[in-house]
Amino acid sequence: MTDASDNAPLAVTPLHALHRAAGARMVPFAGYDMPVQYPDGILTEHLHTREKAGLFDVSHMGQAFLSGTNVIARFETLVPGDIASLAQGRIRYTQLLNAEGGILDDMMVTRLSDDRLFLVVNAACKHQDFAHIARALPDLKLDILNTRALIALQGPLASAVLSKLLPGVELMPFMSAKNLAHNDVELYISRSGYTGEDGYEISVPDAQAESFAQTLLADARVKWIGLGARDSLRLEAGLCLYGHDIDTTTTPIEGNLIWSISKRRRAEGGFPGASHVQKHMAEGAPRKRVGLALDGKAPAREGAEIADSTGAIVGRVTSGGFAPSLQKPIAMGYVDAAHAALGTELNLIVRGKPLPARVVAFPFVPTRYYRGP
Amino acid sequence: MSETRYTKDHEYIRVEGDVGIVGITDFAQGQLGDVVFVELPQAGKVVAKGAEAAVVESVKAASEVYAPVSGEVVDVNGAIEGQPGLVNEDPAGKGWFLKIKIKDKAELSELMDEAAYQAFVSSCS
Repeated sequence: MTDASDNAPLAVTPLHALHRAAGARMVPFAGYDMPVQYPDGILTEHLHTREKAGLFDVSHMGQAFLSGTNVIARFETLVPGDIASLAQGRIRYTQLLNAEGGILDDMMVTRLSDDRLFLVVNAACKHQDFAHIARALPDLKLDILNTRALIALQGPLASAVLSKLLPGVELMPFMSAKNLAHNDVELYISRSGYTGEDGYEISVPDAQAESFAQTLLADARVKWIGLGARDSLRLEAGLCLYGHDIDTTTTPIEGNLIWSISKRRRAEGGFPGASHVQKHMAEGAPRKRVGLALDGKAPAREGAEIADSTGAIVGRVTSGGFAPSLQKPIAMGYVDAAHAALGTELNLIVRGKPLPARVVAFPFVPTRYYRGP
Repeated sequence: MSETRYTKDHEYIRVEGDVGIVGITDFAQGQLGDVVFVELPQAGKVVAKGAEAAVVESVKAASEVYAPVSGEVVDVNGAIEGQPGLVNEDPAGKGWFLKIKIKDKAELSELMDEAAYQAFVSSCS
């Protein structure tokens, strides 16, 4: 991880002043001074996003274009995702892997054309990701976008809000992208997100980020949402937080991300650590990331040990907390393959006490993506 | 007449005779954010000053509530188990955690009074 050390100055996003003006509580995150919550608080922000539309500053994330001859096939040498079958203007979720099949980062890849991709990667990993890509693919051109903010608008009313400014975005299907001009500013719009709700991620030049955010906030249905609610929303959606739920020690199969690898790529391999990943697919991974629903009210958090009915430790919680939409605690974590089946009864050890829980399917809260008219 | 004293961990103890009513301060609830779970001790538990007496969890994190003084827990506020939000809404009132039968009143003098605590909070924020 490349978190800034304690005494390094924190970077700010182009929306920093707006967060302060909105009364946000700021915290250091991945080297940036970021809003963890606004005065309404995490619960209210979370539920607002599930009911209306939440606005998130995710400008700390890394954005880049990768272009050149054969970019599709070349990029497939770094990730297990099927980029070749991706239609123009469509987005794929995939992972950068190391030689052991461990996950260096997870990311979104948009196929802009046959020779150009748009990449969005995690803030804490972006410098090493881009260095890794540049080193591995020296024949291609990597343009890191250091002067564009990234704003997410998420929730069931996101489409109604954004289509007022940008008619047509309401018809974009989930995991598609489009470039549109707003007041002569070019926006890169993706129908995607990290909440399980319908919504968009919008790349906007730094200089116009504040005015664009203010235009969105002028709609009464839109409110700022901080990193706190971003975390509880993605947890309910069963989505991984890099560095917690997946990392260099977990393969995509252990991480329960096999759905993100197509039949062709599973068979052909051709990505880093393919033999390890294929072994996990053929023989079953030794452990698996699972969803855990707790019976009681006490939350289990990252680091809590997971025990079977005999008390033997069979895994560890990697993310957990109170789910505002369910009004109960949920968690995800890794368990031995023998304890990964849906319905398996386990105990999460919190403050020395076993909390009964069951293995459940992801997502915890049904996703509401827009699949098309 | 009751007297309220404060710890550096942002617990309060409101002394009424031999018993102290313990909770977390308004500053503490504001820092924690939305409280979603509390774990209270059993009545009858004997706690030492500074030892963990209860747990309070917000959406983000779990925190311990430490006993401001030594003594026996004589009552707990079951209402906040069902409605943890009371800790945010009324920390000094309906959001109290537990009552301790104070073993040694001399321990109270080691805690901050209202003025000292307000000064301490100003230095925290």
